[in-house]
Amino acid sequence: MTAPDNKRRNFLAAAGAGAATLAIAPGINLIRVSAADEPQTKLASGKVRWGMLVDTTKCATGCDACVSACHQENGIVEEVEDPRQRSQWLRKIDLVEQGTGRQHSLPMMCQHCAEPPCVDVCPTGASFKRADGIVLVDRHTCIGCRYCMMACPYKARSFVHEPLTTQNPEVPRGVGCVEGCTFCVQRIDRGKNPACVDACPEAALVFGDLNDENSAIAKKLKEVASTQVRADLKLDTGVRYQGI
Amino acid sequence: MSRALNFLALLLLALPLFGAAHAGEAAKPAIIIANPGTQCIAPPEEMRRNHMEMLKHQRDRTLRLGERSARVSLNGCIECHASKTSGAVTGSNENFCQACHAYAAVKLDCFDCHQPKAGHKAAVASGEPQ
Repeated sequence: MTAPDNKRRNFLAAAGAGAATLAIAPGINLIRVSAADEPQTKLASGKVRWGMLVDTTKCATGCDACVSACHQENGIVEEVEDPRQRSQWLRKIDLVEQGTGRQHSLPMMCQHCAEPPCVDVCPTGASFKRADGIVLVDRHTCIGCRYCMMACPYKARSFVHEPLTTQNPEVPRGVGCVEGCTFCVQRIDRGKNPACVDACPEAALVFGDLNDENSAIAKKLKEVASTQVRADLKLDTGVRYQGI
Repeated sequence: MSRALNFLALLLLALPLFGAAHAGEAAKPAIIIANPGTQCIAPPEEMRRNHMEMLKHQRDRTLRLGERSARVSLNGCIECHASKTSGAVTGSNENFCQACHAYAAVKLDCFDCHQPKAGHKAAVASGEPQ
């Protein structure tokens, strides 16, 4: 999805706010939107693309430290009786290579695609991608139709079936809405890593800005062979895997 | 015909009286002053009338643009206004948000998703496990 065309909106804003205009030829004016509307605090930047590299050669079978950290940070308490209805922002999956029998384990979550199918199919605009590449659900507009869950090739989203009381104040979540990994957006906005990255005892998760050449993740991606899961779909995922 | 009109006129005249009689029945919400000596982000009159608009605009900026620590914040409301006994802004008609919303008969949806209890904020901000 491309960014909305704001030309008309900016023109209307400028007309309303009495912004500075500059005549460059008779009948043609350059219009600049008033700086009064400029945001005061640091916002999600389009120059940044958040991503994660998972080193599956380090990820230990049977370890679920990342999942526990995710649950603690995001206030997920598994009270729901039916395990199929439990929220699953991050899950561990074990893989066995047929033929060789090689086993390995990896965490699977929202891949924060550059071209997210969940955003394409959302009928209300609730599923959206932030300027810095994080794919989120706006629960204020989510109607719980679950199209995004069907569109997601990674089964990364869950639906909340029952009323909740255990929310973290920074992570609102509730019945009737779809949800998924947010890269712990509330932590990122304060300059921290996602909870799973800090919790991994093997340091198998590297998080950072894919667009910044000097970031640890960009350097490592330059060094090692990495894979995007279902690269054939050309979704340009933000989460990359090493060793699968 | 004229008798019917007279009756209608009488009825219309009497309506304000009925209204006045009914207004006394609903008990005014009992609002406990949050933290005496502290100042809200706007005068009470403005907050009463406009808090929903403030929150509605800020929620989009926070979620979609990533604007944290803005002047308007639902968690900010809760930290100050949570009941000193239950620690929450909802749950009973004595608690801040619910007191007025019950009186005005306006459905309160915020806390289907947002945590109505205060006290978690510091733990989360420091990244410590709760």
